[in-house]
Amino acid sequence: MIFEALVKSPEDLVPKRINRAPWPAFAMGLPWATIMLASMATFSPVVASAPVVPPLAYMMLLAWRMMRPGMLPIWAGLPLGFWDDLYSGQPFGSGIVLWSVTMLAMELIDERFLWRGFGQDWLAACGLMTAYLGLCAAIAGLATGYPLPMVIVPQVLVSLALYPVITRVVALFDRIRLLPLKRL
Amino acid sequence: MARSQDRRPGYSRRAQYGVFTGYVIAILGVVAGVVVLVVSLINPDAFSFARSAAAEVARPMGKAGAAGRAGGQGVFAAVGAYFKAGQQNAELRREVEAARAQAISAQALADENRRLKALLGIVEPARKPVATAHLIGSTAESTRRFAVIDAGFADGVRAGQPVRAASGLIGRVIEAGPRTARVLLITDPDNVVPVRRASDGLSAFVQGASDGRIDIRLINMGVNPIKAGDVFVTSGSGGLYPPGIPVAVATSAHRDGATGHLAADPADHVYVVVEQAFSPQARADLERLIEDGAKTAVDVP
Repeated sequence: MIFEALVKSPEDLVPKRINRAPWPAFAMGLPWATIMLASMATFSPVVASAPVVPPLAYMMLLAWRMMRPGMLPIWAGLPLGFWDDLYSGQPFGSGIVLWSVTMLAMELIDERFLWRGFGQDWLAACGLMTAYLGLCAAIAGLATGYPLPMVIVPQVLVSLALYPVITRVVALFDRIRLLPLKRL
Repeated sequence: MARSQDRRPGYSRRAQYGVFTGYVIAILGVVAGVVVLVVSLINPDAFSFARSAAAEVARPMGKAGAAGRAGGQGVFAAVGAYFKAGQQNAELRREVEAARAQAISAQALADENRRLKALLGIVEPARKPVATAHLIGSTAESTRRFAVIDAGFADGVRAGQPVRAASGLIGRVIEAGPRTARVLLITDPDNVVPVRRASDGLSAFVQGASDGRIDIRLINMGVNPIKAGDVFVTSGSGGLYPPGIPVAVATSAHRDGATGHLAADPADHVYVVVEQAFSPQARADLERLIEDGAKTAVDVP
């Protein structure tokens, strides 16, 4: 019963559509909430002894930013990067810098390439994620004084391959976000 | 995909200011981030209060995850054991035979050890663990290797105390919050542990390589005597880690050392034990450092 409800598309969960609108807190807050929860994914059952988990929160930020340009404000990298720094284990501030720069870079990409397909979005995300992971490893190497550039190669490859899956998940969240839950 | 919406807001002054302010805050974010980053590179403990507060917030989530992990491991182990029962039975019987023989010789050695210690007048200091804790989180995305445990200074955990699991060393505490603490794992490149070879006391040190393996480096250069399969235990020098805790097993030797894998993989352990820093000297040093830190922290504002 519950399983069937889950298999259906999210729109089927809300039968009444006339005289309803999306719930504002949900419509505005879900991107922020999902990105922040993804930052906290390190408190998951996996206690890893190597950096293997892709940067889920960062990938989610990119996916939301590409799917709904203009919904996350351009300064969103500041608070979200701060939150990610609390949990990521990177030297404090690396998230704030890199996420803010990412939002500015996305603005440039939007301006340069107005019409993009998913292939180009993925390509842009590949570039941004590779740069992000490389710079994260460089900053961590600066903190320990013992740079290890080769360690992140498997993580980069997994992240690039997983980006479409994250986009798919974000697309599902986007449909949930716009469910007509509020009675007018 | 449709083209992204136009950012030019037209003649509305209010909308123009809104867009402009957005860019200003974004660029200020980059600048502020650089400042914070430089501060935290110079003084890594500068933002520990924020991190421990965040860890406190996520503590229930981590605890639930740890319980799930324990349950999951139990289920997989039970299923695996069912398929391998026959082979395992034979192996275990062989191991028991070998262990029985070893236990007798170990008994004899322990007796001899006790007699010799009595002769020398050495009193074995009782090492009582500080706390037993769950591993509730780790930095799975970063090249830095930290873990979080669910015991903090309310349980007596202090920065600098070693953390071990049943089968070996895990790391040491670097930040203690009220009910959580951050542990620097031995796979982090910042963690250098003095070790000796269990068989003959050849001294070396290990440093994390961030990829789940660790580097074993010899202190005395020359012909490399390490062979694959050598077990390294903490030597106790430096005073932080108690001697005799297994740290690594060498897997492949190279020119001036070897690469090894961990004796205790944090992924396999749900429970860890926090112990006192080993030597009274090291403990006193740590307390002095913490006091000095508190004093300067009071002086600053």
